[in-house]
Amino acid sequence: MNNDMLLSTLDPDLAGALASRRDLFRSTAMKLGAVASAPVVLAAVSTQAFGQGMPAQVAEVLNFALTLEYLEDEFYRQGLRAGVVPDRFSVVFRQISEHEAAHVTLLSSTLGAGAVAKPQFDFTAGGKYANVFRDFKTFATLAQTFEDTGVAAYAGQAPALMGSNAALTTALRIHSVEARHAAEVRLVRGVKPWKGAYDKAMTKQQVMAAVTPFIDA
Amino acid sequence: MTEQQNPSIAKHRPVEGRRAFLRWSGVAAAAAVAFGVNVPGLKLGEAFAQSRAVDLGGGDLGVLNYAYALEQLEAAFYTQVIASPYAGMNAYERTLLNDIRAHEVSHREFFKKALGANRIPDLEVNFSAVNFGDRMSVLKTAMTFEDLGVSAYNGGGAAIQSPRYLAAAGSIVSVEARHAATIRDMLRPFTEYFAGDDVVSRGGVDVSNPPSAVLRAAGPFIVTPVTATQLP
Repeated sequence: MNNDMLLSTLDPDLAGALASRRDLFRSTAMKLGAVASAPVVLAAVSTQAFGQGMPAQVAEVLNFALTLEYLEDEFYRQGLRAGVVPDRFSVVFRQISEHEAAHVTLLSSTLGAGAVAKPQFDFTAGGKYANVFRDFKTFATLAQTFEDTGVAAYAGQAPALMGSNAALTTALRIHSVEARHAAEVRLVRGVKPWKGAYDKAMTKQQVMAAVTPFIDA
Repeated sequence: MTEQQNPSIAKHRPVEGRRAFLRWSGVAAAAAVAFGVNVPGLKLGEAFAQSRAVDLGGGDLGVLNYAYALEQLEAAFYTQVIASPYAGMNAYERTLLNDIRAHEVSHREFFKKALGANRIPDLEVNFSAVNFGDRMSVLKTAMTFEDLGVSAYNGGGAAIQSPRYLAAAGSIVSVEARHAATIRDMLRPFTEYFAGDDVVSRGGVDVSNPPSAVLRAAGPFIVTPVTATQLP
């Protein structure tokens, strides 16, 4: 199954957004000649957009994003499975969990064979948060940290995606979903849903320093 | 493009298409005065002067002016919300709405300063469709503006050429998304609505709209006709 088909199965909108193929289609069609059939053109475009043609810098950013999404996805999965979320907030965290799972699917299928492997996570951070899946306050505090960090991470990486409009737009559309999560988790915790009029961006190094304690290998 | 349109925009659009078109067409400002629509600070002469369309321009300045137009609209809206609080606005809601007002004013001033002499004029707004005394009317309009703002930044980001401006837009859009989630949580506390399936697709991505769609949705609230002929 190529990436086009995968993306269409995931979300019809994304086939359009991520692919953003209008121009690509046009230029490829011209190269192949007007007689080329649509499937031939699409197959060529697919390789061009997602295969060996993906710029190394774009792949690197998307893999960095995928690592963060793996972390969030696994965190909410384990939390919901452990029953740490009170009934009152279960709908909120199920919705967030579904989005993180969708982000993992989206990014890993976009990267295809170039996707990084899922790391092993330790959400106790070596015992520092030993009760993370038993105590909701600890769980929600870490959730807020992960969401706010995710927002800052996507903001920090956006300029590195400027060469690829499709990848940039997709990253921006994930970015604002993470911000919605961050606000809601903060409301659940009873704190203000923002830090001010502007969110700060974090560099890759800053983000990795923040999440490394939760990554085993 | 098969951009996902925001259904909530259509649903909560407070005026029907024909009236929106009139307003858009440039006769609107005068008509608003003639028919007694409450447009704060708008005098008849100004109305005619402003009946000429404002074009946002092209390139990064066009995108910045686009953001500036939306932030003007939001800032004016929340300023009114705080000036005439709806019935039953409690301290919690007032605190959050006043924060949002301050953020939008700060965003507006940021773009005003960044654009300098290249900025579009102050836009005349029209909130006659909003009942500022009614909580639902205010919050649903707020939700429309916030979701619209998020979709505009998401759809406009790729048109920005300068990494500096893209970074600035990035630090603002996530705050708009935080506003959107917060307003939505006020409407339906602790449900899936903060990032509801009406704005976040099954692929987990937020709405993205091109300038044409955003301006069409914002049109009924802006007296000054705004066009984006040079934006993608």
